[in-house]
Amino acid sequence: MASSLDYGELGLKVGLEIHQQLNTKRKLFCESPTMLTDEEGGVFERRLRPTQSELGEIDVAAFFEWRRGRVYVYQAPRNTSCLVEADEEPPHEISREAVLISLAVAKALHSRPVDEVHVMRKIVIDGSNTTGFQRTAIVAMGGYVDVGDKRIGIQTICVEEDAARKIEEHGGRVTYRLDRLGIPLIEIATAPDISSPEEAEHVAFRIGQLLRLTGRVKRGLGTIRQDLNVSIRGGAKTEIKGVQRLDLIAKVVEYEALRQKRLLEIRDELRGRGVSEDDVKLNIVDLTEALKNTGSRVLRRALSRGGRILGLRLPGFAGLLGREVQPGRRLGTELADYARFWGGVGGLFHSDELPGYGITGEEVEAVRRILECGENDAFIIVADREDKAREALEAVVARAKWALRGVPPETRAANPDGTTRYMRPQPGAARMYPETDIPPLEITGEMLREAEKLAPEPPEAKLKRFVEQHGLSRDLAQQILMDLRLDLYEKLADKYGDRVPPTIIASTIVSTIKQLRGEGTPVENLADEHIEQTIALIAEGQAAKEAIPEILEYLARNPQATAREAAEKLGLSRLTRGQAEKIVEEIIGQNKRIVEERGMRAMGLIMGRVMARVRGRIDGKTVAEIVRQKLREALEEEHRNHT
Amino acid sequence: MGDPLHGYTGILRERLASKGLSIGDRVRVSRRGAVYEGILMPRHALTGRQIIVVKLDNGYNVGIRVDENTIIEKIPWRGGKHRRGVLSAEIVMHPPKPDPSKPQVSVISTGGTIASRVEYETGAVKPALSSRDLLAVVPEIGSMARIDAEILYSILSEDMTPKHWEGIVDAVARSFEKGSVGVVVTHGTDTMGYTAAALSFAFRSLPGPVVLVGSQRSSDRPSSDAAFNLMASVLAAVKAPFGEVVVVMHGETGDTYALAHRGTKVRKMHTSRRDAFQSINDRPLAAIWPYEGRLEILSRNYRVRGDLSVENGFDDKVALIKTYPGISPEIIDVLVDKGYHGIVVEATGLGHTPGRLVEPIRRAVEEGIPVVITSQCLFGRTNLNVYINGRRLLEAGVIPGSDMLPETAYAKLSWILRRTRDLGEVRRMMLENMAGEINPHHDLGLYPRWDHGF
Repeated sequence: MASSLDYGELGLKVGLEIHQQLNTKRKLFCESPTMLTDEEGGVFERRLRPTQSELGEIDVAAFFEWRRGRVYVYQAPRNTSCLVEADEEPPHEISREAVLISLAVAKALHSRPVDEVHVMRKIVIDGSNTTGFQRTAIVAMGGYVDVGDKRIGIQTICVEEDAARKIEEHGGRVTYRLDRLGIPLIEIATAPDISSPEEAEHVAFRIGQLLRLTGRVKRGLGTIRQDLNVSIRGGAKTEIKGVQRLDLIAKVVEYEALRQKRLLEIRDELRGRGVSEDDVKLNIVDLTEALKNTGSRVLRRALSRGGRILGLRLPGFAGLLGREVQPGRRLGTELADYARFWGGVGGLFHSDELPGYGITGEEVEAVRRILECGENDAFIIVADREDKAREALEAVVARAKWALRGVPPETRAANPDGTTRYMRPQPGAARMYPETDIPPLEITGEMLREAEKLAPEPPEAKLKRFVEQHGLSRDLAQQILMDLRLDLYEKLADKYGDRVPPTIIASTIVSTIKQLRGEGTPVENLADEHIEQTIALIAEGQAAKEAIPEILEYLARNPQATAREAAEKLGLSRLTRGQAEKIVEEIIGQNKRIVEERGMRAMGLIMGRVMARVRGRIDGKTVAEIVRQKLREALEEEHRNHT
Repeated sequence: MGDPLHGYTGILRERLASKGLSIGDRVRVSRRGAVYEGILMPRHALTGRQIIVVKLDNGYNVGIRVDENTIIEKIPWRGGKHRRGVLSAEIVMHPPKPDPSKPQVSVISTGGTIASRVEYETGAVKPALSSRDLLAVVPEIGSMARIDAEILYSILSEDMTPKHWEGIVDAVARSFEKGSVGVVVTHGTDTMGYTAAALSFAFRSLPGPVVLVGSQRSSDRPSSDAAFNLMASVLAAVKAPFGEVVVVMHGETGDTYALAHRGTKVRKMHTSRRDAFQSINDRPLAAIWPYEGRLEILSRNYRVRGDLSVENGFDDKVALIKTYPGISPEIIDVLVDKGYHGIVVEATGLGHTPGRLVEPIRRAVEEGIPVVITSQCLFGRTNLNVYINGRRLLEAGVIPGSDMLPETAYAKLSWILRRTRDLGEVRRMMLENMAGEINPHHDLGLYPRWDHGF
């Protein structure tokens, strides 16, 4: 339904924020290594409390988290976390390495480094940071990246801490592991220069590739994450958080453009019906008495817990609450998101979905009567503890008023299907303040020179080098350039390129693995070490290149094994010439009659039978040589015997 | 922040001043084609670099070098472009109304920021000064007690002197006279143990607990331990059955329970952890679960709430010195010659000093200066009868400090010397257990089990 959108006409504007983990020796603010672990370590629990501004203002999302009395349980593995992650020791100085990598990326993006890096605290109070804030700093500003023939502006390049890893959540207790907390991230924010969903995906890919070209970033699930800022003309900038998959970006943009378009249509329709913001009033009516005998399980459960059923009228909204704004999500869903966030209720019922959910037609009529709903009017019902239900309805009214203005500026979270849900209002000023525990870092000429060495080689230059120096075909070079394991290829080509043709290394990475995946092999189990060991085996002459697919398949199924063990298990260890000669003699012996009958013409048949036993353990050329020689010897001997 | 150009020095400061700029003004800074717009921020780093700090509209601070290529302009504020969402991203916390039926608890502030607010623009931390502010920041304490807040000092705890102890004693006494059932004293953590010990001797009897409390993570961050510790302190002030001076801080790294440590037995044992304060050679008096409103007595051996009896006054000519392998005997001589009234020695092991210190110490005692021997081991008790240098020190006239912490012995001697300078009387009082500072009974469990990796 959405592919018919004309993005030019809609005035679509998209900006990206790309977050990528850096592969540094230590974390951003302590000496812990930057790796994840299965170890739970010591466990402790904490609570967080919003800090107040001078006027007593606090961030609303922070306030709700606190009011819910949430308890955060932290697992602190000994090897990958220390007192800094546990918020029991002040942060150390910022990782110079992380700043250097960021400066290198800045250089590649034509961005201008600041002269002094100041670390800030950005309030994040969902427990994912033990401190209650994320440390973040601008390293460079401005710049651009060319994607196709379009130039996309860069706004800022930041370094920041990654958050703790969420392990589980139930009953107001959220468990995090501290291994990921503090791993450096680079955040690249583009200008809102992107004008179509596909372009958003291309830009994300291009920046991701540029980051990989440094060879200093982590890869694998969860190491790169995109946030999107999307608006259409007349709409509003929506911040969409946490898109983990590249291939979801276009869909999220498309659905958001659609959502804003539909919300503007709803606004126009409401205005057309003569509804104004002032008509939407907070006239809450207690419907508990009228619905006390309801068969609705949701309502009955709320009542049995001492809750009330409250309702209110939305004048002129009939039919619009059920209007779809994204696949499977309606204006009613948007109101329900607000009720959940602001009131902490489980949800709401709106008149466009009733009768239903155990609420009968008669009950709907009764509610309409009590709320004095006209034909064009809709209503909302919330059942919960009275104070919560009231707060929920206040939020519903505020959101419904915005329906008359169009698109509310919001922070939204991406769903796995590409739709989005309301997360919180866009953060205000009470969210970022200086991290006074960390001295500012001056960017010196020396640092810039060091960063220069890390700057990623432009993809065009790399391509040329792969073709001219490594001898890759242009096509293969292009594929390896796009591959996530580009850094591994370069490392292996450097290390083993003199003994294993780079073409074999490259095709192992881009084709063999893909082919194995197609055959249903669990290639996600293949670590860099597996691939390196396999190439090393070839380099050392311990296995033939034909053995690569089988070894990798074995390793994918038995990830704890080494390539050498795999080759042995599979009988793929390279044969010595002597061993091969024995096998050839054995097979000639078994086929004596045929050899006697056909003479040297038996070569093809013998060759076939030998290869069936030795394929992958010795190359075919050598086998042919041996077969020819042994056949000749056998025929000569037979000749002697006959004479 | 009085200085309109806080942290800027030298030529840069002159340049900013000549533009009529002060912190908080909106500026445009251009350098080599790059343009930065935002608010001029103070410089906190004491580096003297020629760099100005600007808060950009996205909330980030950046530092921009000022040289001959830099152009700084003051520009007008942009009018209300700030766009709000459906419901604002910020809400205002209102303090709960004081409940007159609750018992009164005084909160006396001496410095540090047990409760504070952040000026988000500059990052400056503003302490919550009034009772109302305190309740707005930690509303939970309003349901425990009627809070009567007072600012006594605003000093760093490392700048605290025996004169300040006297001021705190007076303020606490006044609070009890005003009808408080317990008094909470907020204090920087570095010397909180010293103050706790000093107060323990000055109050001969107390109508309720005097709770010293601090925070190891400052209150300008969401993870601060300040609110938790303050809640636990107010709860202890209301509920604890004892009339003693205690330190209430985190019991472990997590936000589960706090401990009330006897003021004479508590010591800061870690530079940064929340549970840095521990009882040494004794067990805490009570454990407190502030989120459950629960207090559990751990040691039955406490002084009950009684009448208020105060003997204030501390001698500030008392020295606390540590012996070490290279120590010179002159150090004792200097103290004697400078007219010090008493010396506490943090000796090694069971209470030893190098043999060369025995004669200077003998001279000090002969001149009427009491010398108290404690141990740098902290754990365990002094015993000067076991080795020869101990016996020689005893013979020279030192007073063995038993299992007293060096800091506690120091506070005690300071207090005693304002009561008497008679050496015999000083000795008698030092050896007497006056405020739980001596624990005659050490069981095996009093020494912590360290992590040995297996």
